Amino acid sequence: MKFAAHLNVMPRAEISDPQGQTVERTLPAIGFEGITGVRVGKRITFTVEAPDENAARTIAASASEKLLANPVIEDFELELNPL
Amino acid sequence: MRPTVGVVVFPGSNCDRDADYSFEYLGADTKFLWHLETDLDGIDVIVLPGGFAYGDYLRTGAMAAYSPVMDSVRRFAAAGKPVIGICNGFQVLCEAGLLPGALRRNSGLRFRCMPVRIRVETLESPFTSGGMWPGQVLTIPIAHFDGSYYAGDETLEELLAERRIAFRYCDAEGELTPESNPNGSRLHIAGILNPERNVLGMMPHPERAVDPAVGGTDGRLILNSLLYSLQPAET
Repeated sequence: MKFAAHLNVMPRAEISDPQGQTVERTLPAIGFEGITGVRVGKRITFTVEAPDENAARTIAASASEKLLANPVIEDFELELNPL
Repeated sequence: MRPTVGVVVFPGSNCDRDADYSFEYLGADTKFLWHLETDLDGIDVIVLPGGFAYGDYLRTGAMAAYSPVMDSVRRFAAAGKPVIGICNGFQVLCEAGLLPGALRRNSGLRFRCMPVRIRVETLESPFTSGGMWPGQVLTIPIAHFDGSYYAGDETLEELLAERRIAFRYCDAEGELTPESNPNGSRLHIAGILNPERNVLGMMPHPERAVDPAVGGTDGRLILNSLLYSLQPAET
């Protein structure tokens, strides 16, 4: 079976995010008021082939932890959908 | 003994020539090691140079950490032989788990390229044992976008307790003023050691401060210390 994986990688909550802070400071300057808590992360998508969803999840989670995200500084959320 | 320094070359390394030039300038033999190389026989020191290994795609050092050469570097380090990662090399060592923590985007979101001052925090390592005193202030250039050292509180306490911080950013008097921290590194960390003290990662470039023709010479202290440390004791 094939599964579509979507991985959301975000800087960990307790770590300051200078990119998000800079974007947040820029928003009011161009007329957008009331926006706070901006944080910038990334989204990685890929396809996993495995016998079942559990196996696919194990592979994708392991790849996320080992390479796609760095758990020292990033949290990740994984979504899997059958293709 | 004339030591042989192995300079690893990843696709995208760009300080490999500088490292080669500087170690030769100081009297060592050097050898380039392509990232697919796994044979480190005859090598006395490994240098992971600066640059943008694998384009710094995904995260700095992320893909380079899994290069074929890195398995050999891991064994080399486990055998107690010295490894120095400079700038991108420091990022690779962190991603490879040979050093704790990670290097993040500079706090000011600016690429910083300038000489900085760093304070020698410990003499207990081959990189700092020869010809330096504790608290000595060195002037060494930096050139990086992702040099903000981050580690959790627990790791930082461990680094402090085990005296594994090798260098910290400081001002001319050796004070840790906020202005002297060029990238927002926690505890002003510019370089750290592994628990066995034979692996050093540092963001500043000692190899760019060896030949007086291109700047200062304080980098010699670090590289020379390392080369002296390899000499057999006189009896």
